[in-house]
Amino acid sequence: MTLILDYEAGNLASVKRACKEVGLDAEFCADGDQLRHAERVIFPGVGAAGSAMRSLAHRGLDEALREVILRGVPVLGICLGLQVSLDHSEENDTPTLGLIPGRVRRFNLDRTDLKVPHMGWNEVVPCRPHPVLAGIDPGDEFYFVHAYYTDPKVADCVLARTEYEHSFASAVGYNSYIGTQFHPEKSGRVGLRLLANFAAWDGQC
Amino acid sequence: MLSKRVIACLDVRDGRLAKSIKFVDTKDIGDPVEKARAYYLDGLDELVFYDITASSDRRSIMLDVVESVASQVFIPLSVGGGIRSVSDATDLRLAGAEKINVNSAAVQRPALIDECAAAIGNQNVVLSMDVRRVEPTQALPSGYEIVINGGRQPMQMDALAWALDGERRGAGELVVNSIDADGTKEGYEIALTALISSSVRIPVIASGGAGKPEHLHQVLTEGKADAALVASMVHYGEYRVSDLKEYLQRQGLKMRMSW
Repeated sequence: MTLILDYEAGNLASVKRACKEVGLDAEFCADGDQLRHAERVIFPGVGAAGSAMRSLAHRGLDEALREVILRGVPVLGICLGLQVSLDHSEENDTPTLGLIPGRVRRFNLDRTDLKVPHMGWNEVVPCRPHPVLAGIDPGDEFYFVHAYYTDPKVADCVLARTEYEHSFASAVGYNSYIGTQFHPEKSGRVGLRLLANFAAWDGQC
Repeated sequence: MLSKRVIACLDVRDGRLAKSIKFVDTKDIGDPVEKARAYYLDGLDELVFYDITASSDRRSIMLDVVESVASQVFIPLSVGGGIRSVSDATDLRLAGAEKINVNSAAVQRPALIDECAAAIGNQNVVLSMDVRRVEPTQALPSGYEIVINGGRQPMQMDALAWALDGERRGAGELVVNSIDADGTKEGYEIALTALISSSVRIPVIASGGAGKPEHLHQVLTEGKADAALVASMVHYGEYRVSDLKEYLQRQGLKMRMSW
């Protein structure tokens, strides 16, 4: 069963609808014990790192997530879901799950004409092949809404990059975990392609 | 870098698509779900639904429309019209709206913006403002006044001051709609859009007056807008969304061209 983590962090219904569109039946999951039986996990989220971490811990989802990742279960983190999977976020100075080595930083831009949050469609340029990014070409654009970005410690984890004054990691992979800073569920055909790839992925790279 | 966005606005009355000309004389021009799907497949970047239903069962009709659109259209979807409380906003979000647009109710009770931003996140709260040109006065120094209730009621409130207040309260985006330009097809109100866009640090969506592709180009450059809202120029088939985007790209703007 594919489970979508439900921890009161944003619009889960749109993720479920997009999964359905690519033939992936997914259920919401707000309980650590249920999560331990997942065959595939989607970890979405919008909102703030501090409250997200509290909510995950309260439901026992944090420990269960660590366990399924150790078993090699494919996990897709989206936006805040990805961000709280690193070690630390500058947002509310929050220690986060530590599933992927690295930190999350706030956009601190010099150009005054660039707005934060980074919101809208931007190019995602793959820099390392990965089954979930198959068929995504340089120049394909995805929908972003975020004020913080991931800075993975290991360069090999960076699967794709995006430019917003400076370049940042817009897709990150670590063992059976793949995370996107953008929202595939709101990114039209290319977003659905990525979800379909994830639905077919066995967690191996 | 971010692409400029083309956003289609669909006015919905009693579950059907309506086009308002200067906010009066609305006529039925089709099925909103069908239209939304067609625009999505033709490269639209974002959709805005505006509920102009007057009847008391409006809420459930609109939620049905939003739900069917959200299950067929996988781009950001924004919904406005008659949102008065956080619970109105969360109902629409559950039905599938990404963002909610507040307008008249926020003018009458500005704390609505703060409450919605706290509940669903700043980035999902769009402050939509209807603006008319006036002689600058002490109360209206920018020369632009906020009007509400579909453009009928002037509020003696300065449009620039309201935009700044909205941003401070947590709006994540602004829709700046010129009621002087709305329905004229003679172009967006450039001076108004540029004034607001250069004064705030959140994205500005220009609205009202689009009739030709050149109008979009002008408001996205001179008008400093991040996105251009279109309605009748695409609803009646005069232009396709993809034509507009191709034109804008040829003029040198960065647009999302693969979909």
